[in-house]
Amino acid sequence: MGFGPIAPATEQTELLFHAPWEARMLALTLAAGALGHWNIDRSRHARESLAPATYYGSSYYEIWRQGLESLLADAGLVTADELANGGTVGAPALTNRPALQAAQVAPMLAAGSPYTREPPAPARFAQGQRVRAINDHPTGHTRLPRYVRGRLGTIEAVRGCFVFPDTNAMGDPDPRWCYTVVFDATELWGGSADPCSTVSIDAFEPYLDPAA
Amino acid sequence: MVAREHEHEHEDHSELSVIAARVRALESVLIDKGYVDPGALDAIIETYQHEIGPRNGARVVARAWTDPDYLERLRTDATAAIAELGYGGRQGEHMVVVENTDHIHHVVVCTLCSCYPWPVLGLPPVWYKSPAYRSRVVIDPRAVLAEFRTELADDVQVRVWDSTAELRYLVIPQRPAGTDALTEDQLAALVTRNSMIGTEVLAPAGPAQTEPS
Repeated sequence: MGFGPIAPATEQTELLFHAPWEARMLALTLAAGALGHWNIDRSRHARESLAPATYYGSSYYEIWRQGLESLLADAGLVTADELANGGTVGAPALTNRPALQAAQVAPMLAAGSPYTREPPAPARFAQGQRVRAINDHPTGHTRLPRYVRGRLGTIEAVRGCFVFPDTNAMGDPDPRWCYTVVFDATELWGGSADPCSTVSIDAFEPYLDPAA
Repeated sequence: MVAREHEHEHEDHSELSVIAARVRALESVLIDKGYVDPGALDAIIETYQHEIGPRNGARVVARAWTDPDYLERLRTDATAAIAELGYGGRQGEHMVVVENTDHIHHVVVCTLCSCYPWPVLGLPPVWYKSPAYRSRVVIDPRAVLAEFRTELADDVQVRVWDSTAELRYLVIPQRPAGTDALTEDQLAALVTRNSMIGTEVLAPAGPAQTEPS
């Protein structure tokens, strides 16, 4: 793929944050998210929507910074001028939720956001069933990786019914069944791939068809 | 360890200070507008620097090794079992454990972004979030493991788990040989962060580690 070697590191050999601004960026992202103007699927879409050259040329928290700025602008919470100038700000917009307070941080992180929902219908697929990932290339947010599209796999587990990211990124939870689907490496990468290796994804029901 | 921020007055046009300045500007705007509270920002940072990290996952692993009933609960409902030890919440709402054996080795990735089980492992390392790892571990996991000096026999099945939904995976590495006499705390100390992602295995205990203290 051309991305080169990995730089392995352990807990002991790498800083959690490489500079204070990275820690601030993490905190700003979580705190701004708590205002209730976007969900995690929308925020992932904001980051992955960066131009590829920008995305691959940016460090991880730089991607977060650009993503957060676009989310804030789209939500009408800040203007481009305010982001550029920093010093002069107009009146704040009304937010869906008040600013997160320090005492709320621990409970918020501990609660998380469970993504399971009541199923709208019975699961279409069953454990052990052979399925094919659809050959579809949506321009919006999706969690179906390109490398499995059109490939044949096996349902490893029926995981439950979850908020569907593809639609939730645009505000519609549309809960769907989610399955772990296992693919042989040779199915994904060809006959010269390792015969003793598999790759699995967690696929939402709309991503799958029954095997022909 | 925390990198020191240089509060020099003179102009410093390095790329790092440009980014730092932009983040400072962003933070100022958000605070001035009352959207974020500085105390909350500090609390978030403190949490992930000092309170939530891989030592949590190491405790889960050590408990799984020593308590067969706990392991069974992990297999049935990992989220609930992990919560028994006090860990859970954001980016760990739907946990699954996968157990390494003599015949199967698991390794976890998020090819699409950087999904990672925060409550048990803390924040992901740079390498996990890198395009190199994200793209290569699904194509050639053994080559990636080799970069971590992890070698597996050809007949060990490598199973890569791409975290494409909200399920989060914790690898239970194999318990090292020669650790029968160790306490649960001592066992937890042997569990590395990378072994719980699956890029490393745990070496057999040396003489110094096999003695209970």
